[in-house]
Amino acid sequence: MDFNDTKEEAAFRKEAHDFIAKHLQPKGNKPIRQTMSGDDYMKAAKAWQKAKATAGYAKITWPKEMGGYGGTAMQQVIWNQEEGKFDSPGGPFTIGLGMCIPTVIAFGSDEHKKRYVQKAVLGEEIWCQLFSEPSAGSDVAGLKTKAVKDGDEWVINGQKVWTSGAHYSDYGILLVRTDPKVPKHKGLTMFIVDMKQEGVEARPIHQASGGREFNEVYFTDVRIKDSDRLGDVGQGWKVAIVTLMNERLAVGGSPGPDWSEIMNYAKDAGTMEDAAFRAKLADWYVAAQGYSLTKLRTQTALSKGQTPGPENSIGKIITANQLQDICNSAIEMQDHYGLITEQDRMPADALFQQSFMWAPGLRIAGGTDEILKNIISERVLGLPGDIRVDKTAPFDELKSG
Amino acid sequence: MNFDFSEDQKFLGNEARKFLESSCTSAVVRGVLNDDDVSHDADLWKKIVEMGWLGAAIPEENGGLGLGMLEMCVLAEEMGRVLAPVPFASTAYFFTEAVKLGDKSQQAEYFPGIVNGDIIGCYAASEGPGAPNAANLTTELKGGKISGTKIPVTDGDIATHAVVLVKDGSGSSLVLVDLQGEGVTRNTVKTLDPTRSHAEITFKDAPATLLGKSGDGARLNEDLLNRVAVLLAFEQLGGASRALEMAKDYALERYAFGKPIGGNQAIKHKLADIYVKNEIARSNCFYGAWALSTGAAELPEAAAASRLAASEAFWFASKENIQTHGGMGFTWEVDCHLYYRRAKLLAVQAGAPPVWKEKLVRALETKNAA
Repeated sequence: MDFNDTKEEAAFRKEAHDFIAKHLQPKGNKPIRQTMSGDDYMKAAKAWQKAKATAGYAKITWPKEMGGYGGTAMQQVIWNQEEGKFDSPGGPFTIGLGMCIPTVIAFGSDEHKKRYVQKAVLGEEIWCQLFSEPSAGSDVAGLKTKAVKDGDEWVINGQKVWTSGAHYSDYGILLVRTDPKVPKHKGLTMFIVDMKQEGVEARPIHQASGGREFNEVYFTDVRIKDSDRLGDVGQGWKVAIVTLMNERLAVGGSPGPDWSEIMNYAKDAGTMEDAAFRAKLADWYVAAQGYSLTKLRTQTALSKGQTPGPENSIGKIITANQLQDICNSAIEMQDHYGLITEQDRMPADALFQQSFMWAPGLRIAGGTDEILKNIISERVLGLPGDIRVDKTAPFDELKSG
Repeated sequence: MNFDFSEDQKFLGNEARKFLESSCTSAVVRGVLNDDDVSHDADLWKKIVEMGWLGAAIPEENGGLGLGMLEMCVLAEEMGRVLAPVPFASTAYFFTEAVKLGDKSQQAEYFPGIVNGDIIGCYAASEGPGAPNAANLTTELKGGKISGTKIPVTDGDIATHAVVLVKDGSGSSLVLVDLQGEGVTRNTVKTLDPTRSHAEITFKDAPATLLGKSGDGARLNEDLLNRVAVLLAFEQLGGASRALEMAKDYALERYAFGKPIGGNQAIKHKLADIYVKNEIARSNCFYGAWALSTGAAELPEAAAASRLAASEAFWFASKENIQTHGGMGFTWEVDCHLYYRRAKLLAVQAGAPPVWKEKLVRALETKNAA
């Protein structure tokens, strides 16, 4: 038992580190995301993506002919760890390269692959994923955006929601209902959609946190060529499953302030001696440490060339709830003053207050706590799925609301 | 990255599981549970001695197998799964690890007897409600002899030897005492976990030998408990894993309202919560095992995190296992309560979670200040 790289892993880590260090700055006090304008940040992100792609590092596990490195999952983890040590402008390409393009590779024609893959890898074109709808979140197969065949084109009408990066994306993969007369999972079809065409309108969502990072996207008589279909008509659910399975291996750090930040704050605030706080701090440490170490168990499997176990599925349940709890405690520790959200008046630049309002979203995005627990109980523990009323009836006869 | 047990260690665990599943059945555990005069399963204990498990982490020069702490962790998990009603933890963790804090001649004196089963150890620290420390101890060392009363002492009625935390001048010391010698009287004590025997031990001028230096008891006791905590955490992990399996199996076979109760989200989410806590415990336990086996400076926080995560996991799994079983779970005949009982023994016998939370935070403060 040890935490060391193998010789090969160490060599790759050095290779990765040396390359990244030539292009990026180590993490400083203020991340560049906060110091740059949106446009400048996007420019920096595109430049970094191009540099990585040109050198073959944009997708470590992809084959070389797809613009990848031809490496192992473990090498991808090592790359992410090394890149994570630097102030990397990574965001805009994550969904496209992590979910959309793998779907294009799996179901697209040779023309699609030729047209889209390289440009996405180089960061010249950005993709988004258009699945969720106002009445189809956890139950995404209940979506209502419809596509009607018109000659060799389809006409799309409907609304998508919680689409990350829709306003700056060039293309998207779009899941729509092509047949409402059959059961819900059988009437779906997947398309590639040009996000810059007429009839596609991305509007920012005003989130409960006050920010506007996500979009809703309206489709009004948008025309898509039948040749831009991914998979067969009615096979969209199968295609979507492949998209969702390609979600990247979670190797990110904590999504906000953790036990060490609230401990530092408590020391400054003089509340470190409070017995109730000390007990909570111990709980937070144990859970956070437990999850970090769980990721090392997953990496161990990858390092040995094995398929990781299901243990990593605990991740977001732990991190999102803990973030919410830590922020709540930090605010209460500040008493009445803890209400203030103005950065220049507040300890830690009001990070606890900011994350307090972000945490509820984190418990929902990418699978709610409840859906994740269903997944653990069904796929890991082998308990039965729910008795369903919506599997066999035609979609247009189901109750919705 | 190699944050896992080796293939050999996993093989040892599998072999141990096979042996224990056939030799330490529910009926064996209940043999001890249901008879106040039976302190442990002597037959199982004999077999465990014969297989050499007590010497897994004792050097070959002292008669042990000379394997290591990782192997002992693997065995501990298996012992925890089956609620083994034998003084394994008292002898192989508490007493053996205490002797490792002593000098070479003490190790030569005690290790061979531990390995061949002549010595059954125990750990005597508690004297009353609350965690024992130098300020509240009354059992005292004077002129090489100790006097005072320890209660409860797990396996204290069958042990041949004890490691005892005593007041020594203005501080404390750890001493070894031959319980078969003069000045020792013992009474059994009833506890929440009757599958392991407990005693009140009264010492009256009982001869004792120091472990390490006089007055160094607080530090030595910390060192000892850090090492024992990791091993106990593996027992807790084994128990928590087994409790989850029991709950899952029952949820699949028990029908209510025309379907298995495991199809209800209230049950599914409960079991998912157990799974999450068990995985958090497993990962922390692995780290504790690493720190224990390598002598890492991180042992204090790793041991505390293992113990806290595993105590929480076993407590939660054992109580929700009863809940999942419904009325059946509250009967004497179904094994759920045995796990609930053992979970509490393991959570308090080397310092309860509140004590370890404070230790952990102090370790984090020390680290942070450095």
